[in-house]
Amino acid sequence: MLTLVADIGRGVLDSLASAGRGSMLLVTILAQVPHLWKMRRETVEQMHVVAVGSLPLVVTTSIFVGAVTAVQAVYQMQAYVPMKFLGTIISKSVFIELGPVLVALVVGGRLCANYAAELGTMKVTEQIDALEMLPIDPMRYLALPRFAATLLMLPVITVFADGIAVISGYLISVSTLGVTASTFIEGLRMFYDPADLFSGLIKSFFFGAIIAMSGLFFGFNTKGGAEGVGNATMMAVVGSCLCVLVADYFLAAILFQVIFD
Amino acid sequence: MQHPDAMPLPDFAVADPASTQGVVVRGLTRSFGERKVLDGLDFHFRRGETVVILGRSGEGKSVLLKHIVRLLEPDAGQVWVDGEEITGLHKRGLFEVRKRFGMLFQGAALFDSMTICENVALGLVEHSKESKEWIRARACECLAMVGLQAAENKLPSELSGGMKKRAGLARAIAMSPDYILYDEPTTGLDPITSDAINDLILKLQAELNVTSIVVTHDMASAFKVADRIAMLSKGRMIYADTVDAVRETEHPVIRQFIQGSAHGPLSVF
Repeated sequence: MLTLVADIGRGVLDSLASAGRGSMLLVTILAQVPHLWKMRRETVEQMHVVAVGSLPLVVTTSIFVGAVTAVQAVYQMQAYVPMKFLGTIISKSVFIELGPVLVALVVGGRLCANYAAELGTMKVTEQIDALEMLPIDPMRYLALPRFAATLLMLPVITVFADGIAVISGYLISVSTLGVTASTFIEGLRMFYDPADLFSGLIKSFFFGAIIAMSGLFFGFNTKGGAEGVGNATMMAVVGSCLCVLVADYFLAAILFQVIFD
Repeated sequence: MQHPDAMPLPDFAVADPASTQGVVVRGLTRSFGERKVLDGLDFHFRRGETVVILGRSGEGKSVLLKHIVRLLEPDAGQVWVDGEEITGLHKRGLFEVRKRFGMLFQGAALFDSMTICENVALGLVEHSKESKEWIRARACECLAMVGLQAAENKLPSELSGGMKKRAGLARAIAMSPDYILYDEPTTGLDPITSDAINDLILKLQAELNVTSIVVTHDMASAFKVADRIAMLSKGRMIYADTVDAVRETEHPVIRQFIQGSAHGPLSVF
């Protein structure tokens, strides 16, 4: 029993220590922001990795998110709600929740694994020490471009994903679910509110920060060899997914208070 | 013969590091968990000399090297470089000090995503105000010094172990450092390539007049490149002398190390 309590206590202390180190890392990266212009080439390269590299994943995910949302909505609405609300339901679900969260989960998994594995390998092969010896600050050279690129590009990817998901929902509704094009578009327009899209983009911005920080934190804190890199990569992906879901609740609670009141 | 644990430790402490040229290490202490790797280590690396640090695996040789440039932070003690204490410096000051150092890492630590030329030029790109053409020419000059001019556009993954070490060395000298730190420069290389690396260390020493600190297990390399050889054991320097004196010494630990014997005061298990 005492061992269990001690283990729980140790776990809590370790988590708090990690949170503290993560916060310090964030402060250190933010302190590098004035150097962003100098790092523009590396930042653009990372933006390419974030956006273009994620496109196949985002397109596939969005197509099926839109499609399944349409199928589920029609199934639940058919006896109770007029079909003219189908477009409204799909667009609101996608803009407010499904687009930002699913993009953050799938793109976040990809990016976290990429950052943690790349930086972790650099750490265990002394490349980060070599950078320090040149002397170049790894926070400026490695962390800042990845952080800025993820923060800036995740909302862009989310807008793109939202568009594809709604188009996919439309095509599935019209082609296989017996809804007419004019009914779907009428519903889409009826309750369209730019605040829906805007709130999703605010979420994406925060999710971008969470994803980048998770990958960078576990990458820079990698210890050991191949096993350490594997552990860091796994922890980064798991940490990012959990933090995105937790943050999603708090952001939703805050945004519904601020934007929709 | 007296057991090494009973032998008095030589005193390498420098009385006034603030007015001493070279690298002075004073009372350096560092533990990893329960294990004390450096235990109040004192030493003076004089300007212009090549010191080889010997010691068994895990004795803290690489740890010492990393403390000299503060890639690791000590639990206690100080490091002085040309009279300036670097242990308390902020990042900007520390980076200025590091510009005077080049380091060859054990695995060369080349950046995988860059060509060899870009690896060598990176420090200059970041810090030099010279033109791109000048920087490229300087990188090529450094690669030529280590015999790698033909490999400038190759990626590190396309090079052999010896070529990677030479490329790492070219990167280390690109910013014309006063000090070069070598972390096991010949480990993992065949005897001929090892000897070529030793020749390179001597050549750089002669042409650039740098101060070199070499960590190695390789006795042939130590005897070839060293002005002085120092022995690190149990977190302290237990011996340091010229190459000729090391060859003649009766110190049991040094003798065992030179002979590469499993039997002696240093136990294997």
